[in-house]
Amino acid sequence: MSNVRKRADVVICGLGWAGSVMAEELTRAGLEVVAIERGAWRDTSTDFPPAVDPDELRWTTRRELLQPMSVETTTFRNRLDQQAAPVRNWSAFQYGWNVGGAGAHWAGMSWRFSPWDFEVATQTRERYGAAKMKGLQLQDWGVTYDEMAPYYDRFERIAGTSGIAGNINGQIHPGGNPFEGPRSREYPTPPLKDTHWMRTFRDASTRLGHHPFTIPAGNISQAFVNPLGVTMGPCTYCGFCDFHGCGNFSKSSPQACILPALMRRPNFTLLSETEVLHAVKHDDGKTVKGVKFITKEGVEGFQPADVVCITAYQMDNVRLMLLSRVGEQYDPRTGRGTVGRNYNYQTCSTVTGFFDDSYMNPFIGGGALAVQIDDFNGDNFDHSNLDFIGGAGIMGYSTNGRPIQNANTVRPGTKRWGSEWKKAYARDYQQSGGIFCQGTSMPVREAYLDLDPTYKDRHGQPLLRLTFDWNRNDTNMLDYVTERAVRIMKEAGGRDIIVDNQGEQSWNPYMQHSSHTIGGAVMGADPTTSAINPYLQSWDAHNLFVVGASAFPNNGGYNPTVTVGALAIRAARAIHETYFNNPGALVKG
Amino acid sequence: MNRREALFSLGTIAASLAVAPGLGAVELKGVPHDTQLSDDHMPQPAIRSGGFLVLSEAERRTLGALYDRLLPADEYGPSATEAGCLEFIDSQLAGHYGAGKALYLEGPIRPESELQLMGTAQFLASPLERYRSGLAALEAYAQRVDGQHLADLPAERIDALLGEMEAGRLDLGQAINSKGLFELLLQNVREGYLADPMYGGNRNMAGWKMIGFPGARYDYRPYIDRRGENLRLIPVSLIPAD
Repeated sequence: MSNVRKRADVVICGLGWAGSVMAEELTRAGLEVVAIERGAWRDTSTDFPPAVDPDELRWTTRRELLQPMSVETTTFRNRLDQQAAPVRNWSAFQYGWNVGGAGAHWAGMSWRFSPWDFEVATQTRERYGAAKMKGLQLQDWGVTYDEMAPYYDRFERIAGTSGIAGNINGQIHPGGNPFEGPRSREYPTPPLKDTHWMRTFRDASTRLGHHPFTIPAGNISQAFVNPLGVTMGPCTYCGFCDFHGCGNFSKSSPQACILPALMRRPNFTLLSETEVLHAVKHDDGKTVKGVKFITKEGVEGFQPADVVCITAYQMDNVRLMLLSRVGEQYDPRTGRGTVGRNYNYQTCSTVTGFFDDSYMNPFIGGGALAVQIDDFNGDNFDHSNLDFIGGAGIMGYSTNGRPIQNANTVRPGTKRWGSEWKKAYARDYQQSGGIFCQGTSMPVREAYLDLDPTYKDRHGQPLLRLTFDWNRNDTNMLDYVTERAVRIMKEAGGRDIIVDNQGEQSWNPYMQHSSHTIGGAVMGADPTTSAINPYLQSWDAHNLFVVGASAFPNNGGYNPTVTVGALAIRAARAIHETYFNNPGALVKG
Repeated sequence: MNRREALFSLGTIAASLAVAPGLGAVELKGVPHDTQLSDDHMPQPAIRSGGFLVLSEAERRTLGALYDRLLPADEYGPSATEAGCLEFIDSQLAGHYGAGKALYLEGPIRPESELQLMGTAQFLASPLERYRSGLAALEAYAQRVDGQHLADLPAERIDALLGEMEAGRLDLGQAINSKGLFELLLQNVREGYLADPMYGGNRNMAGWKMIGFPGARYDYRPYIDRRGENLRLIPVSLIPAD
């Protein structure tokens, strides 16, 4: 290989949230860091200022900030006995395609996972007995909420997260989420305001005895200077948030929060529009020596590094491990192997209601503008007499009023075209309210990832193949929480209710609302059931770290980003505080 | 020198690392100080010359007849063609969207099993190719069955054809999935009616006025506390409307 670059201490593969917070930690510690990102440089003023951003067709419908399927897609099947097909068109998957990754176009819902989510196996066994776990491939994360708390705090400070605490050092605070894990202090910025629909939802769920609160948001509520010295501005409730960039510097993103500081550090170099093909192992196979990459002109090169961090999207993290031949492919028939194990999704439903003669003004919105109850999330309610574990956050949301996207949100039974549709949409655009149930997902043996035998990407490398369908535990959970959401909708006065329970049919990527895929390179304390240890270090190559939602052994009833960010900061600290002083396994397997 | 080249040369000059000749990576050290909009993020308005780029006059006649039954003129607003939906779709089909640039169009394709798996028909053809073949098949069908151009059929007859397509019952031959074609037309005509007017449709912001969407505004802080009120906000476009 002719294009061999100068050695780096650390090479970061993918500069989204995970790569950015890791690069920030590692460069601040004095390490020489090279980040390789296949997307282009994108910034607020040059790429999505207010004169460009409020354009639904371009960003939401055509998804111009997202990675096209022609660059790389995923193949999919429900069961082992089917032939997988490629996802050819836009679907639930929303991969990033720029410096900053999906952190530029995400909605901003900024949750910590609950303490229970990290220890589902242990807690379920202790509270309900091992029989409750039957059919599920449950395993603890190897890290507890208490261990994660300082890293959550650090990420929230960088992101400027708005919200209201419900539990500060064990003390329950009114107005916040009483079920959340303890926090050491309030959110960096106060909670966002309620829209008309959010207030309606809040009042209805309060009357039912639930505990509504404004969700934590990466749409910040007032000006804020983060610990890196970067200034953010207040959210204007513009309604062009998820799928869009932010022209106000008010959505937490690598662009708005990290890159202005990171790019100025002399020990940081970014190769953009350059794609990592795979890591390259040393001859003894026990460590990696760097990564092979290809530029947009098609020129291949090699970046040597002492440590390789794979910080791409969850799917690509798993794919890069497989293409690098690090670890053993998981086999659902035998249960052997760890790479590809515990793939999972997010179990969701939507309940829509209509309110006669109302003006919801849905265009007043934010990606993370919502009121939620956690009364039926995680293990916050007794499952003794229920045929499932887990639950869902139930939120009344005001994320957007984009007219093309919402064109099917009309009263049930309405014809989808002609004057009948025009009449209905002219009325219903202002009269609908939505409740989203965002649920946990529990791992099962049959759901996994491997390389597709047929379909290839633009460089001729195999695509990742996804084998997945809903499992009984999760659909039982969804039926239960969706019923709770319907009760809230009725209490709120919603009529002509539409229930979209996604568990009622086989999973496919075009029907879904959530982009939250997890697992496939999961963390854990046992090398026979996890690909990486609790510091996200590969059990099979100690200088390779794999950072992202690929590490989650199960999904919480929350959005994944803040947990990804906190895990990334924790891994980066372990690398510069411990690993570089004494390279080797950070944990005994 | 465009922005990309500028960044590239900046990176090359600033690079302290040894980069082998011929390596095309865009290497960035420091924050790029260019404040000009990136070329590929500049708004790309529809061409306003009055000419059409890809759809022939015959195709536009057929498509206009279909679009105007999907979104007819009525008390809620103008028809699709009055609102500029033909200009919109012509411009879209002439660009990256029409070429299917974002789509994964590699074979093999197994239409039946992919339909079953994905719950929606899958294609190797680009949207422009699907319009061309679909409109030709519909026109041929009208001439064969009704003995007339599709555009000359009475409104009720076109409605019946669209209903059959929506239900997946209209047989347009092996090569055309009539349900898939219906969904494509419906999605695009709604886009033309509700997208920013700079793309050629939503003329006079008629689609936005129909539902009360204020368009490309960017700050609702003065309004968020006014609950359940008809705000009567006048819509704005990203560029001045005609």
